[in-house]
Amino acid sequence: MTVSATLGKDLTGLEHMTPEQIRLILDTAEPFKEVSERPIKKVPALRGKTIVNLFFEASTRTRISFEFAEKRLSADTVNVAASGSSVSKGETLVDTARNLEAMRIDMVVIRHPSSGAAEFLGHRIASNVINAGDGKHEHPTQALLDLLTIRDKHGKIAGLKVCLVGDVLHSRVARSNLWGLTKLGAEVAVCGPWTLMPRGIEELGVRVFGRIEEAIEWADVLNVLRLQLERMEKGFIPSLREYYRVFGVTPERLDRAKRDITIMHPGPMNRGVEIDSRVADGPHSIILDQVTNGVAVRMAVLYLLAGGRAELADAAKRGGPE
Amino acid sequence: MTRALQRMAVEIVEQAHGRDDLVLIGIQRRGVELAERIAKLIEKEEGGEIPRGALDITLYRDDLETVGPKPVIGETHIPGDLTDKHVVIVDDVLYTGRTIRAALDELADFGRPKRISLCVLVDRGGRELPIQADIVGKAVKTASGERVDVLVEELDGRDQVDVIR
Repeated sequence: MTVSATLGKDLTGLEHMTPEQIRLILDTAEPFKEVSERPIKKVPALRGKTIVNLFFEASTRTRISFEFAEKRLSADTVNVAASGSSVSKGETLVDTARNLEAMRIDMVVIRHPSSGAAEFLGHRIASNVINAGDGKHEHPTQALLDLLTIRDKHGKIAGLKVCLVGDVLHSRVARSNLWGLTKLGAEVAVCGPWTLMPRGIEELGVRVFGRIEEAIEWADVLNVLRLQLERMEKGFIPSLREYYRVFGVTPERLDRAKRDITIMHPGPMNRGVEIDSRVADGPHSIILDQVTNGVAVRMAVLYLLAGGRAELADAAKRGGPE
Repeated sequence: MTRALQRMAVEIVEQAHGRDDLVLIGIQRRGVELAERIAKLIEKEEGGEIPRGALDITLYRDDLETVGPKPVIGETHIPGDLTDKHVVIVDDVLYTGRTIRAALDELADFGRPKRISLCVLVDRGGRELPIQADIVGKAVKTASGERVDVLVEELDGRDQVDVIR
């Protein structure tokens, strides 16, 4: 039993993926959820594969999620952080990766502060490259886990109204979500202060709300983005308190909506800034389901990218199992 | 096919000395439907409820490295801890034995059954591993270029076994 859609060598972003490829990943993630519920949470699918997690930026959730996914598929993993590695001695990204390849690795999971870093690397090394977040560009596995969690909760994605709230300008999560959601037929809107909206965003067919109340009125799902204070120079917002007062997702604001609105957040949360604690921990929050699904989605991506070289497919067909 | 399944159900109970501790595990996909039918037949004769499950062995295949595009993975559902149970693996066709090798490895991750036996509708020969079935619906001699397709009503609309040359 095989499918026609394949992913190619790398996963660098959702922008250039087809809806079929995205659906393939989501459908493949389904059976991987069950693996994490087994008494022995491990299958031998990636036995013998060596995966390097190359993180040039701080990360807890994404790095651990990838590491769990890799280990539950029986891959061998090495974590490299920028600080404490030869990167801090001035080695270039390509040199670092080529040196790792010289040690016979199979896959690289990379997070990097520069937009396009994953694609750049993918063109220069033979190993599979998976983008775990590159600058302000994309964070494809986060968007995929968001899509899976929305589909779990609502049973579909097409036709749903999803609003990305907050710091869209600095958010690679928003960009990847935008591509993924529109490709699967959702209606997408953004909401936040004008200073945090990318220029020309309307041209992508996205609705723009200047007031959070309007967004809540419209949406089935709010994906509340983290205010990326570390990427901001001064002047984007007057103050955190002001931001919370005008754009914070609070129970009072949600109560005024006629229907239940699903609440998502990619983490880490600034509680009391973009999201109120009572909302984050409330009955309509699926924030922790996102985290659980993250491992399954990453297992699916690793499984689909690893091995499976085309030239071996025919040989497999000739002498394969029944 | 109905008669073969009936006979297989009787043999399973006979070999297990009763239906206590029996767990039927079907291999995705056709094996799952066959396990379901055999379980119902045993329940009709012996009463009670036979626990059954489904196993997808894709992630345990020994040729995963070489197949592309990647196979679709089916659902795996194991009814509780298998320790001290008599597990009967049910599949449609037994050929090289590689699927069953993978199934044995995977089942070991769900507990330590007191016994595992193998029940197949069609044994077509051609083994590449030292694996044999305990209960066989029908043995068919086939060559390596041929294909044996089992169709079941639940998925294919009719019960049928085809040997395609």
